[in-house]
Amino acid sequence: MQAAVKKNGFKEWMRKNGTGYAFLLPFLILFAVFVIVPVAVAMYYSLTNYNMIQPARFIGISNYSQLILDDDVFLISLKNTMVFAVITGPIGYFASFLMAWLITLVKRGRGFFSLMFYAPSLTSGVAMANIWLILFSGDRYGYINNLLLRAGLILEPILWTKDATYVLPVIMIISVWMSMGTGFLVFLAGLQNVDPAMYEAARVDGIKNKFQELRFITLPMMKPQMLFGAINAIVGAFGVFDVATAVAGMPSPNYAAHTIVAHLYDYAFTRFNMGYASAVAMALFVITFTLGRICMHVFKDNT
Amino acid sequence: MTAKAVYKPRRFKFRLKKLTFSRFMLYLLLTVLVVIAGLPLFAMVCRSLMPLDELYIYPPRLIVHKPTLRNFSDLLTSLSSSTVPFTRYIFNSLFTTVVTVLASVMVCCMGAYGLVKHKPAGSGVIFAVVVAALSFSTHVTQIPNYLVVNKLGLVNSYWALIIPKIAIAYNFFLVKQFCEQLPDSILEAARIDGAKEFKVFWTIAMPLLKPAWTTLAVFSFVNNWNDYFSPLIFISSNALKTLPLALQTLSGGAGVVARAGTVGAATFLTTVPSILVFAIMRGKVMETMSFSGIKS
Repeated sequence: MQAAVKKNGFKEWMRKNGTGYAFLLPFLILFAVFVIVPVAVAMYYSLTNYNMIQPARFIGISNYSQLILDDDVFLISLKNTMVFAVITGPIGYFASFLMAWLITLVKRGRGFFSLMFYAPSLTSGVAMANIWLILFSGDRYGYINNLLLRAGLILEPILWTKDATYVLPVIMIISVWMSMGTGFLVFLAGLQNVDPAMYEAARVDGIKNKFQELRFITLPMMKPQMLFGAINAIVGAFGVFDVATAVAGMPSPNYAAHTIVAHLYDYAFTRFNMGYASAVAMALFVITFTLGRICMHVFKDNT
Repeated sequence: MTAKAVYKPRRFKFRLKKLTFSRFMLYLLLTVLVVIAGLPLFAMVCRSLMPLDELYIYPPRLIVHKPTLRNFSDLLTSLSSSTVPFTRYIFNSLFTTVVTVLASVMVCCMGAYGLVKHKPAGSGVIFAVVVAALSFSTHVTQIPNYLVVNKLGLVNSYWALIIPKIAIAYNFFLVKQFCEQLPDSILEAARIDGAKEFKVFWTIAMPLLKPAWTTLAVFSFVNNWNDYFSPLIFISSNALKTLPLALQTLSGGAGVVARAGTVGAATFLTTVPSILVFAIMRGKVMETMSFSGIKS
């Protein structure tokens, strides 16, 4: 009797949810195997000593204590990534917004401008590093050195990508160039979504210029897009790796361009110390996830 | 017709009047930004067309004087005598990218459709998890992914570059937002006509979702085409390398004199496809991005 009810319950459940889950199944399986379970697995391995040959051995939090207390190179990578993210993240974010806003103010050539602004974000970091390496070449043949030499600003060529003082700023310049369009599309779409009637109503209410319009109408209306853009900017800035290794090599001069992901790569895929590398991955996870949560709080929809 | 003829000069006058100081500043600022964005790309195009003597001229030249396609023919023909022909790398990139894009479009559209239009139990939780997954980079899950791919025996194969990159939170999120705009009535009408649910999805929902999945396809193409980290960890055989990785090998750091021209051509070939894909699909992409906000 009870079994019959249960069976009926299951049948009922299948009738209600079966089709939905049938459609969701391929996504759910792949998403679970390659995104969700891996976070849990990385969390577990970060508490072990695992080299892929011997079985994982549980060692508690020693990976973390080593990471924070003994691993100077990790601390350098953490510092570099932080400096990188704090500078390039906001610049890229605001540049994207500025460009999107400027484009909505013009009537002609929107297509051309948006393609030009967005093109750098479509390029491969490794490919463009080749071009930037020529621009920043350390001899007199480098375009930038040549320009500065001829302008009399420097007396001899600067070793942009070899000198530990310059290498991180150079990487930041390239990354800003590459990321200044990342949020652009989202913002442009958000700006075009604002109902024009709102602007007219605001003009009646005494809004005088485009800046007031931006401050009081556009920005509040765009919160969801601003949030989406912010989260993408954070994830992008903290995941810096391609450009850094392509420009500075690995390891970089005096670890000046060593990033968290570079550290992760080094331990996971050259030393195969998966436990320790997982601890590095968890550090990256905690940082981006926390910042994402903070953003969600900041851009909370109060309306 | 006469009305139009009268109207036109008036509009022209209006525009002239509007070329005020602020308008001038606006276009100036836009031009400066376009130059910043475009200059490195311009340098890339020029250097790929430069003959060797121009590449090493002093002072360095930005604009090519005697453009030649020699670099491209060198890259595609004479380099093929060495180990792996460059065309093989192009094929590798093209194949893995296109398969990933197609699979991701299919899997994410089906999932989003199931979630939005059938609302199975727990769909709220599933979507919350997807949104949470937006806020950490793929590097976090890379080690377990490597272990799974390794267990499946797929390391150093095309599948290692494809399978882990099909179910992407970002893609699912975009389609899901767009899916909510689909009117239920159209789907219901097809169901009453006796269409099976998959047929409803395939013949009714998919055409209506076209802007969403074209956008997804563009982003997925750009990301996978440019991806450097996945091939770096999964691919060790030279013949299976994709363009970014091959380019890294080809350039071999700064100062490889003989190859400067071919590296320029290879850089060009690596960069152009994703820009082209975006340029063609721009309209559809803009349509979809209107739904990309996250409501917290």
